[in-house]
Amino acid sequence: MSDEKKTAAYICKGCGLGDRLDCTELTTIAEKEGKAEIVREHEFLCNADGVAMIQKDIDEGANRIIINACSRRAKTEAFNFENVAMTRANLREGVIWSQPDTDDARETTQEMAADYVRMACAEIKFMSIPEENPEHGSNKRLLVVGGGISGMTSAIEAARAGYEVILVEKTGTLGGMAAQLYKRVPDHEDYADPQDTGVPEMIAEIGADGLITVKLDSTITRTSGAPGQFSVDITKESGVTETENVGAIIQASGFTNYDANNLPHLGYGKSPDVVDQAGLEALARAADGGAIKRPSDGKEVTSVAFIQCAGQRSSKKGELSYCSGHCCNTSIKQAMYFKDANPDVDATIIYTDLRTPGNGEDFYRSAQKKRVIFTKGEVSEVTTSGDELEVKFNDLILNEDTAMNADLVVLATGQVPNSGVNIEAATPVSVDEVEAAAEADESRINTEVDTGTVQEVSVLNLTYRQGKDLPHLRHGFSDSHFICFPYETRRTGIYTTGPVRRPMDIAQAKEDATGAALKAIQAIENSSLGRAAHPRSGDLSYPDFRKENCTQCKRCTVECPFGAIDETEDGYPLFNESRCRRCGTCMGACPVRIISFANYSVDTVGAQLKAVDMPDEFDEKPRMLVLACENDAYPAIDMAGMNGKRYSPYVRIVPVRCLGSVNTIWISDAMNSGYDMVMLMGCKHGDDYQCHFVKGSELANIRMSKIGDTLQTLNLEPERVVDYEVAITDIDRIPQLINDAAEIIENIGMNPFKGF
Amino acid sequence: MRDKNAETMQKYHNDFLREVEANVEEGDWVHMCMQCGVCAGSCPLGDAWEHSPQKIFMMIRAGKREEVLTSDSMWMCTSCYNCIVRCPRELPITHIMHGLANYAHRLGIAPKMNPTRRFAKLFWNNIVKTGRVNELKLSISLYFMDGFTNGVKTSLEMTGMGLGMLKTGRLDAMGLLRSHGIKDKSGLHKALKKAREIEDARKGLS
Repeated sequence: MSDEKKTAAYICKGCGLGDRLDCTELTTIAEKEGKAEIVREHEFLCNADGVAMIQKDIDEGANRIIINACSRRAKTEAFNFENVAMTRANLREGVIWSQPDTDDARETTQEMAADYVRMACAEIKFMSIPEENPEHGSNKRLLVVGGGISGMTSAIEAARAGYEVILVEKTGTLGGMAAQLYKRVPDHEDYADPQDTGVPEMIAEIGADGLITVKLDSTITRTSGAPGQFSVDITKESGVTETENVGAIIQASGFTNYDANNLPHLGYGKSPDVVDQAGLEALARAADGGAIKRPSDGKEVTSVAFIQCAGQRSSKKGELSYCSGHCCNTSIKQAMYFKDANPDVDATIIYTDLRTPGNGEDFYRSAQKKRVIFTKGEVSEVTTSGDELEVKFNDLILNEDTAMNADLVVLATGQVPNSGVNIEAATPVSVDEVEAAAEADESRINTEVDTGTVQEVSVLNLTYRQGKDLPHLRHGFSDSHFICFPYETRRTGIYTTGPVRRPMDIAQAKEDATGAALKAIQAIENSSLGRAAHPRSGDLSYPDFRKENCTQCKRCTVECPFGAIDETEDGYPLFNESRCRRCGTCMGACPVRIISFANYSVDTVGAQLKAVDMPDEFDEKPRMLVLACENDAYPAIDMAGMNGKRYSPYVRIVPVRCLGSVNTIWISDAMNSGYDMVMLMGCKHGDDYQCHFVKGSELANIRMSKIGDTLQTLNLEPERVVDYEVAITDIDRIPQLINDAAEIIENIGMNPFKGF
Repeated sequence: MRDKNAETMQKYHNDFLREVEANVEEGDWVHMCMQCGVCAGSCPLGDAWEHSPQKIFMMIRAGKREEVLTSDSMWMCTSCYNCIVRCPRELPITHIMHGLANYAHRLGIAPKMNPTRRFAKLFWNNIVKTGRVNELKLSISLYFMDGFTNGVKTSLEMTGMGLGMLKTGRLDAMGLLRSHGIKDKSGLHKALKKAREIEDARKGLS
């Protein structure tokens, strides 16, 4: 393709644009100010005729396309042209739909539209045509780490979809925790009785499947590479290491049972007749449907007490603060082991809050029918009296301290994830935090250490500079964007599934593992085409940096939420484009602004905000710049327009890939250009983050917290730059925020830099 | 079974629950209660009860035999059926309350002076005598339940209503002297006696 830029601008007059706006003026702007070689108006640009008109120009050499019509989120199928760089001025949702159709408003509405045309023309000058990443790999094999329910399900599902799988299991058999169970909680109608685990059938299916290679007694001792081109060392117990190449990895490393030895007050370790749920499964398997005998003297159990939430949902040190989710159903199932063998056995479940997710409510009802007794109470102690155990508890219904005797006590302990090394305990998320940590002499080690056993063995042994394992979020579980995109981890091409990412039972793990297998397949297919994985799935652009200007500050390598950037031996960033999600956080972080994408860079946004026609101080027309995250904030603004919400005509909105990509130069450029306010709108951050790129909005927030000082040195009020957390549902709130900003400007006055 | 007392009952074991299931009308629903408390919150007389139905069910499971059967709580039920309508587990709570009250009464450990229990007894004796209720006799025996002075006082208070009922033919003025019984009174008595025998045999009462 020719490198020569040929710009074509199209102005749509459909959807009322022609009636509300002076399109002739817009055409003149695109021609004179925007310097577009071709400018055409069309009555109905997105219809076949309009699209054909554009395509004809492209065929004749136009390669920079400006669509001045609806939002970039609308009509994406119509305006889908290959081998061009395209930008879109949002005249419909962003202008005529968000402004009142009155004679008074006509002037400001036209100014808005004119500015958006100017901005689009300015942006396109700095855009080039994204081409596929030349570094991409196209290995389509899948590695599944962990041979429990989750791992086996992922392997089976991927193989059914036609992908080759290597299934690596640390122990000598497949099946994991589920293989240790006597029976499982039912997963089908009528949810009344425990059912067989189904593990032998799964193992048989895997054995018979030619696409699945099983490696037992093996662990992963090294993982390097990127989606489509991972290289993995698989080491056998004997020490023999094989190197395999795979396209994507599913980590299904599961959980370890919480160590009940931390619960001596509940009698564990003091009496052999106090067992955890795993211990009871062993007893049940030994009994195999007959009477369950207690460990101390082999007497048939006539009464059993189950203590729920043992060592979990607790604020005590060394206990788990979270709910493991499956234990209520599991205790119900185990109580049925006794009741089904002999209905005269007294089985009592002592709970504080019984939670039976899924179809567990039917299972719970079935247990009640079998006369399992449920008692709402808080257990304080289990003591031995004679050859019986005494469970002391506070009955929360009858509000009294009481006690009951039992032959056997079962503790419902929780799941501790096998998520490997907590890399963030050592590595802070931003360079600024390194400084802050040094000042406060506080490391980032979580003060809420609540995992019973510390997992120090790495699962994947990644060679990434960011650490050996996937970052954790809370309680040691792998961070996996649990709100919006459950299986996505912060290492592209590596997906977590099962209890390693949150506590779950067999039914949930199977569903989870199926989803993870599909995400891994998506990643493989996208990377083989040189495209980005979720959430900019299909994006061809990738970060490009000018090494000669790099100061080796390491901000990009530290702040990349996805560990995509390693370091070369001489200290320069080493981009692994295939691991990149194209959020642009590195671009926002770079103090010397040398990181860019073909169609998104410091210049494309900088040019837009400078292209706005800035009225002078005495015009009483302030200008507000909104840098809106394209994932949630921008769609919400569009929807506000669709719903006829009105907002100030003095605002100019620029979509950004993520607030993480906002470079502070844009803020100072905006201030110097005379904007009275800059508003950043991104996703919620923190532990319940909604940022599609996990850390982007949080990093932006940290960066903006520093900008106040800069503003003050310029003699500007810090209120001029604000950072809002918004959600996609905030269609009422965002127009309000914009209107509030107009009021703030009235209070603090116009930006004195206008006109300079 | 009926000789069991709190001492020999194992707490939170199923002994008393099994007794209730065997002997109390609709008692085999008790194990289905999931302790949500909707019944307790729905009862219009909730404040008047020492133990809500929710607590009664929990006490049964906890093996508190003495406390449950001597309680006057279930006697306070006015059969409004709010709890039955709302119970998510569809327990016939009202019926269970009456069943428990009846069982306690039969065991002879129900609270002696509970007014509901006394009224129930008056009603039963009244209706069994002739097979039909004699309103005048029933009202008067109710008024005089708590002694002569109270009886005179209540009777005077109710004079207006009594006259009104007389006027509309709702009350037989000669009721004190005659009763409109059913034809086969001895047949009814026989039937009731037989029913009692069957029930006693089943529940081990005498």
